[in-house]
Amino acid sequence: MRNTFAEALYDEATKNPDIYIVVSDISPAGSMAKFSTQYPDRFINVGVAEQSMIGICAGLALKGCQPFAYTIATFTLYRPFEMVRDDLCYQNLPVTVVGMGAGVIYSTLGGTHHTQEDIAIAGAIPNMQIIAPCDPFECTDATRWCAKQKNGPVYLRIGKAGEPVLTKDAEPWQFGKIRYLRRGSDVCVLSYGVITKMAAAIADRLQAQGKSVSLISVHTVKPLDREGIVEALKRHKHVIVIEEHAPQGGLAPQTKQIAWDIKATCRLDTFTLQDSFIHNYGSYEDLLAAHGLAPERILAAVA
Amino acid sequence: MKTATELAIRPNVFDVKAARGRCKRYRRRILDVSQNVSALHIGGAFSCIEIVDCIYNEFMRPGRAGGKSPDTFLMSKGHGCMIQYVILEDLGILGKADLDAYCTPHGRLGAHPDYGNPGIEASTGALGHGLSMVVGMALAERGRGTDGVIYTVLSDGEVQEGSTWEAILMASSLKLPKIVAFVDNNDFQSLGRTSETHPSFYPLAEKFRAFGWETTEIDGHDPQAIYNAVTARSGTKPFMVVARTTKGKGVSYMENAPIWHYRSPNKGEYAKAIAELETQG
Repeated sequence: MRNTFAEALYDEATKNPDIYIVVSDISPAGSMAKFSTQYPDRFINVGVAEQSMIGICAGLALKGCQPFAYTIATFTLYRPFEMVRDDLCYQNLPVTVVGMGAGVIYSTLGGTHHTQEDIAIAGAIPNMQIIAPCDPFECTDATRWCAKQKNGPVYLRIGKAGEPVLTKDAEPWQFGKIRYLRRGSDVCVLSYGVITKMAAAIADRLQAQGKSVSLISVHTVKPLDREGIVEALKRHKHVIVIEEHAPQGGLAPQTKQIAWDIKATCRLDTFTLQDSFIHNYGSYEDLLAAHGLAPERILAAVA
Repeated sequence: MKTATELAIRPNVFDVKAARGRCKRYRRRILDVSQNVSALHIGGAFSCIEIVDCIYNEFMRPGRAGGKSPDTFLMSKGHGCMIQYVILEDLGILGKADLDAYCTPHGRLGAHPDYGNPGIEASTGALGHGLSMVVGMALAERGRGTDGVIYTVLSDGEVQEGSTWEAILMASSLKLPKIVAFVDNNDFQSLGRTSETHPSFYPLAEKFRAFGWETTEIDGHDPQAIYNAVTARSGTKPFMVVARTTKGKGVSYMENAPIWHYRSPNKGEYAKAIAELETQG
């Protein structure tokens, strides 16, 4: 995903001289090297100095530019939080804050590198928009949109590398609208970001059990497509939310809230990361499983 | 900002008497506004009046056809914005009604500058944010080849913020000579004299120099010194003026008295302050 981000951004930067990327000593390799070679004045590495990364982006945007801040998700949002809040959100500037490797993707680096409350934190700030693409194609669409939008700040939560394509035959991507990756009538699986891969696998298994299954990428987490969620809750007997985020402040509680508001009658199951720091190491799947997010466990719970 | 005609008539001439006259008028106007509100950051505004006056009225070039100046002023020490407001009023960018409604429900000006208000280039108030935004602005100017100068005023307190040092490091590393910054070094912060609470804060100019800035130290209440310092800079590096100032400068009972960081004078104190200003040259 980070490579497709870099590729899309490079492409947009060739068309728009106002696009800048400000990184904190972390850079998507490959395509970003092309950006830095071709446009050295628009590729700024602040070093390990995330507060200035955000502030510099704000200054660029105050002068009409379209900057992107880029580093590992924890450092892009938590370390410079007040700069994100005051410089970007309060001033409502069109800066994209890219959080790479969000969730527990950095599965061997420990809790300092896990981003498990970012949706709650970013989502609580007025003016902030949140996009979490589910696959490389969606990442490209989201990046291109971010490069052109003038609404205000965006937190773009992306994965790292090796995510499979899930949206090849999906309807077109549209900011602020949930996206059906497949349509069914019995069960609806809602997810966003990298863990949508697991959601797709669960959808496959439910289909193999003879159920008619919808799979939805809720790529725009803020503003949430309330109408789309309402429709999904009304049209299906069983809705399942699978989310790589803490139980508070993410898609799961928001879906429950909408379900309560509309007095939904469907069954609603939500699966999230735990509200705890875990001290486990291993593969990405190992870490998700340690948080309770494993296909077999979810399938057993929704049976 | 001077008009193009004024600049053509008196190129490169600095009228120190006129500057002092303006600063006296600005102090009086701030005292007037203070009578409408229970609190405003008067001490920190009075300490940087001569600096902000020079920036707006001497350094920033006029815009074409009466438009916006090609240069920018960002008030990093947002709590000093009262001086910014009275100068913007003087320049006709803000109206008298704006200042009369300062900090009231029907007004738009608060005790910290808010982006979107006329003449306000960034929302500051939280300290340590301004200089990174200045770096970003200077980058944008360079990228577009417009080369506007970005002026800023920092408080000495906010130079304690790590984020300020991140920006100090980046401004010189990115070779941005169009940045002209001032530290309003009044040696006071909420809990006391900086030289007593944080003796290692000094010497200050050497620290900026070590980070690749051109620096100078001046009396921040001497308009001529401010003018000379900025006009004599080499223009090859970002420029930092460490300006020795007095918090509450101009009203003797406010000078170096921490209570005037935020308090408004009562009627008697106001009259005393005005009388004192009148005696000054």
